[in-house]
Amino acid sequence: MELTGAQILVHFLEDEGVELVWGYPGGAALPIYDALDTDAKKLKHTLVRHEQAAVHAADGYARATGRPGVSMVTSGPGATNTVTGIATAYMDSIPLVVITGQVASNMIGLDAFQEIDTVGITRPIVKHNFLVKDVKDLTMTLKKAFYIATTGRPGPVVVDIPKDIQNAKADYQYPESVSLRSYEPITKGHTGQIKKAIDMMVSAKRPIIYTGGGVVLGGASEALTELARLLGYPVTNTLMGLGGYPAEDKQFVGMLGMHGTYEANLSMHNSDLIIAIGARFDDRVTGNLEKFCPDAQVVHVDIDPASISKNVVVDIPIVGPVKQVLEKMLSLLKKHKMTPDADALADWWKQIEDWRSTNCLRYEQIGHKIKPQTAMEAVWRITEGDAYVTSDVGQHQMFAAQYYKFNKPRRWINSGGLGTMGFGLPAAMGVQAAFPDATVVCVTGEGSIQMNIQELSTCLQYGLPIKVLCLNNGFLGMVRQWQEFFYDRRYSMSYMDSLPDFTKLVEAYGHVGIRIDDPETMQAQLEEAFSDKYKDRFVFIDVITDQQENVYPMIPAGAGMDEMILV
Amino acid sequence: MRHIISMLIENESGALSRVSGLFSARGYNIHALTVAPTDDGSISRLTLVTSGNEQQVEQIVKHLNRLIDVIKVVDITEGDHIERELMMVKLRATGAMREEIKRLSDIFRGTIVDVTQQVYTVQLAGESQKLDAFIEAVDKGQIIEIVRSGAVGLMRGEKSLHL
Repeated sequence: MELTGAQILVHFLEDEGVELVWGYPGGAALPIYDALDTDAKKLKHTLVRHEQAAVHAADGYARATGRPGVSMVTSGPGATNTVTGIATAYMDSIPLVVITGQVASNMIGLDAFQEIDTVGITRPIVKHNFLVKDVKDLTMTLKKAFYIATTGRPGPVVVDIPKDIQNAKADYQYPESVSLRSYEPITKGHTGQIKKAIDMMVSAKRPIIYTGGGVVLGGASEALTELARLLGYPVTNTLMGLGGYPAEDKQFVGMLGMHGTYEANLSMHNSDLIIAIGARFDDRVTGNLEKFCPDAQVVHVDIDPASISKNVVVDIPIVGPVKQVLEKMLSLLKKHKMTPDADALADWWKQIEDWRSTNCLRYEQIGHKIKPQTAMEAVWRITEGDAYVTSDVGQHQMFAAQYYKFNKPRRWINSGGLGTMGFGLPAAMGVQAAFPDATVVCVTGEGSIQMNIQELSTCLQYGLPIKVLCLNNGFLGMVRQWQEFFYDRRYSMSYMDSLPDFTKLVEAYGHVGIRIDDPETMQAQLEEAFSDKYKDRFVFIDVITDQQENVYPMIPAGAGMDEMILV
Repeated sequence: MRHIISMLIENESGALSRVSGLFSARGYNIHALTVAPTDDGSISRLTLVTSGNEQQVEQIVKHLNRLIDVIKVVDITEGDHIERELMMVKLRATGAMREEIKRLSDIFRGTIVDVTQQVYTVQLAGESQKLDAFIEAVDKGQIIEIVRSGAVGLMRGEKSLHL
C-alpha cells in the first residue's frame, strides 16, 4: 500500500496500538496533521496549549498505564518547547515517543524559518533519537523508536521527520518485529549471582529492602510484596518507588531520603545488608556518600548496568529485569526452604519499632491557619487512598509523598529526577484521558501551577474532571524553607505577590473553583469537591495554608542519613 | 591511569557526537580520539584515550555500551595489547641541525618524508610515549608544527574486537 510519510506515521501509530496522542500543529507538521484528519480511525489527538504540556501529558499517560506515551509537535520552537518534557521523562526512565516535524531536507542547515537541530538539542536527554532521511526508512525507524523506548531501561525517543519526507510516498506494511545488532536488552538476571544474593540475604541480621521506580516500571510490585513477606524484612521506597510496596503494610517503614521517615533512614543507616531493587542511590536518598550506611553490604538488582556501582559500590550486582530476578529469588528461597535468622530479625524489628514510635510525621493543627498536611491527609481519606495523584515540585510534593498512602503502583505520578515544576497538571490530563472514570488529583502549589496554567483551556475542551489541590502558601515553599534554614531567613524572590484569585481564574475557563481558608470548614468543602456533584467537572481547590510550615523530617545537604532534623 | 578504549559503532551521522557528548556530559576526559570506517562499510572503529580510576573507567565503558549506536566496546589496556600512534613533525633544519635531526630521526626509527632547504618533516610511528620522548629530545626552538593521529590499538593474539 503506497502512502505518504505523514499517512505512514498515522497508520503505523494505529497498528502499533497507540490510542491517544498529545500535540500541537505548525508549519513543518502540517502534512502529519492533515493525515490525522484524513486517515486516523481510532487514534485520538488532544490539542494542548503549549508543547511542554503535550510531552508531560504523554508522560503521565505512560506512568499510569505502562504503555508508551506519544506526542507530536512542529519544528523549531515546537521542538524546543518539548525539551523540558523529554528531560523529565529521561530522568525518570519513562517510555515516550516524541514526533517532531522538521523543515524540508534541502533546507536543513540553511537557518530556515523554524529550523533547529532537534536531534542535536535532544541528544543528551533521550535514550535515542532519529532524523529520518528517506521515506523508505520511516516505518522501520518508527518501529525501532517504540522498541527502544519500551524495552530495557525505558526512556524517551525522538523521531524528527522533515516535511518533504512527510509528503514523499513509500510502500507501507506494519513490521511485526524488529532487531538491532547494537541493542539487546537483557532479559534474565545471572542465576549464580542471584544464588549468592539470597545466601547473603538470609544470613543478614539487620537487612532492609530499598526499592525504587524500577519496581513500578518493571511491573514487579507483586513479586516484591511476596518476597518481602516471605522474608519478613522492612521495606522502604524511594520517592519514585512509592506504591511499589503497599504503604499501609506493617513491614513498610516509609519513604527514605532527604524528607523520608526517621525509621526508614535509620534502618538504612544501621543495616548490615541493603537489598536495592530498581533504585539508583540518588543523592536525595543517600545524603553524604562518605557517611552512607557504614556497616552495610549491598545487593543491587537493576536492568541498567550503568546504575550499578555508580554512586555506591555494590557487593553483589545483578543486572536484569527486576520482576524476573525477584521471581527467581522467590522460587530459589522456597525450593531450598531458606529462612532468615528469626531471633536477629525480631531484635531488628524491635529496634525499628522504637524508631517508628517517634512518630516523625506528626504535626499539630492549631490556630486558624490550615496545615498543608491536614489537607493532604483529608484528601487521602476522602479518595479512600485509591486516586491517581500527580504532583508538581516543592513542599506540596513532599507532603503528598508523606501523607498519601499509596497501596498500588502507578498511582503516584511525579517528576522525581528532574524535579519539573509545571509537570502536575498536564500529567494529570494524560492520566485522566487514560482512565476517564478514575479520580485524578493534581497536588500543586501556587508557584508550580502557574508554570503550565494555560492547560486549564485543554481541560475544558476535552472535559477532563481533574481535581486540583493547590496548597497555596503564597511562597515558593521549598525555596523559602531552605532560605529559612540555610540563608539566615533572607527570603530572596521566594514570595509570590499579586497572585490571581484562582477560583475566579478557573471560573473564567468554565471550571469550578473552591477556596478553603478555614480549618473548621476544610473537611466539608473537600468532601463537596470530591462528591458526585462535581464528578464530571474540573475542580480547582485553592487551600490557603500556613506560610511558616516546613517539610520534616529533613536531612540537610551534606549530612548523613542518621543526622536528621525532626521537627 | 591511562586507558585506550576501542569500539565498533554504526557508521551513521551523529554516532560520533553521541560518544563525544557522553564524555562532556558526564565530565570524563578525552585525551585523543580517532575514528574511521572498517572493512565493513556500515561500521566504524573508534579509539579513544581517556584516564580515570578503575571505577570511573568501568562507568565509562558501561555508559558507552548504553548508547544505541555503539555495537561493541573494549578497554584494550585491560590486557596485552599493541598500540600505535602516527606523528609528523615539521622542524626548522638548517646548518648543523640538518645532520642532528637526521640522526635523531634514525634513533627513533623515523622517516624524513618532506625536505626543503629550511625544513625537514619527520614521520614517526609508535607508542604515544615514544612520540612524547622524541618531542622531548628535539630542541623546542626547532619545532614549527606537530600533528598526531591519536592512538589506535588492538589486543594481542587471538582476542579481537569484531561482530
